[in-house]
Amino acid sequence: MSILRSLADRERVFDFLVPAQSPVDVRHGPILYLEDVSVSFDGFKAIDALDLTIDDGELRCIIGPNGAGKTTMMDIITGKTRPDSGSVWFGSRHDLLTLNEPEIASLGIGRKFQKPTVFEALTVFENLELAMAADKRVLPTLTARLTGEGRDRIEEVLATIGLVELRHGPAGILSHGQKQWLEIGMLLMQRPRLLLVDEPVAGMTEQEMERTAELLTGLAGKGKQSVVVVEHDMGFVRSIARTVTVLHQGSVLAEGSMDRVSNDPKVIEVYLGAEEEAA
Amino acid sequence: MWLTRPFSERSTRLFLGILLAALALVTLLNLAVPAGHPLHVSTYTVTLLGKYLSYALLAVAVDLVWGYLGILSLGHGAFFALGGYAMGMYLMRQIGDRGVYGDPVLPDFMVFLDWDSLPWYWLGFDMPWFAFPMVLLAPGLLALVFGFLAFRSRVTGVYLSIITQAMTFALMLAFFRNEMGFGGNNGLTDFRELLGFDLRSDATRLGLFLATGIALALGYVLCRAIVASKLGRVSVACRDAEARTRFLGYRVERFQLFVFVVSAMLAGVAGALYVPQVGIINPSEFSPIFSIEVVLWVALGGRATLYGAVIGALLVNYAKTVFTGVMPDAWLFALGGMFVLVTVFLPRGIAGLLGQRPRRRASHAQTSQPTAGESAA
Repeated sequence: MSILRSLADRERVFDFLVPAQSPVDVRHGPILYLEDVSVSFDGFKAIDALDLTIDDGELRCIIGPNGAGKTTMMDIITGKTRPDSGSVWFGSRHDLLTLNEPEIASLGIGRKFQKPTVFEALTVFENLELAMAADKRVLPTLTARLTGEGRDRIEEVLATIGLVELRHGPAGILSHGQKQWLEIGMLLMQRPRLLLVDEPVAGMTEQEMERTAELLTGLAGKGKQSVVVVEHDMGFVRSIARTVTVLHQGSVLAEGSMDRVSNDPKVIEVYLGAEEEAA
Repeated sequence: MWLTRPFSERSTRLFLGILLAALALVTLLNLAVPAGHPLHVSTYTVTLLGKYLSYALLAVAVDLVWGYLGILSLGHGAFFALGGYAMGMYLMRQIGDRGVYGDPVLPDFMVFLDWDSLPWYWLGFDMPWFAFPMVLLAPGLLALVFGFLAFRSRVTGVYLSIITQAMTFALMLAFFRNEMGFGGNNGLTDFRELLGFDLRSDATRLGLFLATGIALALGYVLCRAIVASKLGRVSVACRDAEARTRFLGYRVERFQLFVFVVSAMLAGVAGALYVPQVGIINPSEFSPIFSIEVVLWVALGGRATLYGAVIGALLVNYAKTVFTGVMPDAWLFALGGMFVLVTVFLPRGIAGLLGQRPRRRASHAQTSQPTAGESAA
């Protein structure tokens, strides 16, 4: 009877009626939700019963020693690696384990890899233009014209990443840090809801790090993007983090504010201690 | 409109201006200056220049895929030759009963081989409305099938170059066989008329030269339009960071296929204009060496500029004509030497020399002028 009633209900929206591209549902808070995720490679448990929740608009730093499973976790979220068990949800509507890489990317999860790859022969502006969300089939690309709206979006992102003056220079002349910002800008062009950023400040100068910290903290916010940063540099993490998650051997060792985490004896033992000794 | 975009570019307007001026100048010197005069351009020279221009169009086609898409095709001679054969088949059928054996339908070589009827793939080639589209379709179809298989399997770089060499070599061997029905070793020749115009008359030869020049201009504008479009920027992105381009959501293999097919069709047009001017098409156009030579023209002229390809094709072929006249044995050494010198001293080719002074476009014009002028003289 209840089934019949639900069929008769005009307001009822069946799952198959919801388009796959429907916006992310974050009414219940988290934008990304990993529960009890495990994956092993040849018997080695890279991720072991990992639970992680990222709230909408949050800026989260993830730290951990080498082999803690940070990159594997990113691979699972972006669909590159399939976990053996567990569930991964984007908002409360999209089960990421049922989607492939391009589908996840078009839902609004952007990933920045460690090594910046920009198109060096093209200008900064053109790099952003190519990254813009658009019809990317061959003939529409041939006849495509940059709309005023698209131009505004590019200018907006140029301002965000601080490359306004260099917009017509080839991307090949940018410094390492500027290339990283351009790469983040290319992600922003696709209007992502969640940005995954892998070691953004590796190889950067002190000043570039400061700029990057400003950029990333400016990006995160309610109604804007949520940002997940994986980083080794403790000074940098301290400068941007509101919440820090420490990974160790594939699961969460500690989570909380930087002060709390860095005073946690377990964390000091596996990670921070080693760092301080080295320093 | 994306096709008209190149006309707002200075370099394109300059290129077209120089090309059209050169065409007009040659026409004038051929028609208006009496034969004995030192400034007279003989019909022989006009046809020679027409041949160079068809090579230049081929070079532009190669530059489009190599310079902008990063696909080093060492088999573009195959597309050139296929276009040439399509035109050759049409011209063969136009001979009619004026051949040596006087057969109204069969070309001479088929009579010689004792064939009693036309093979099915020769049907329709007596009609220009069928034969001329074949100039585009035959190379386009080969490029489509070849490119589809190669790009789908993500074959790129040196492997793709080797496969293109194998493709043109295989076609050469096939076309050498008499049973193929394309005249075997001798190819197709003894052409009489094209669309009713006598191929041996001076006026037709001048007309063919002008048609080739206009085809080069149109081909250049088409390539510029592609390069200046967003598709052109995606091509450059594929060239420099293929995986990254794919990650942005572009189906790289489809872009490669599109540009490759367009380029093959342009090469086919070049071949079709080449054949009536030299009066013969035979399997040597399929030879791997020829395709490599085309790449040398582009490298000498300067990749990824399009006009560099034109300069390279004209210069090298002019030098070839001079050298093979004076010292035939030394030509290959001269070509090798030019290539080494340009690689060492002008890594961006002759066009790189011009591009160094982008502000002074006037001197630009003067430096590229002698290329057209020299070969015209």
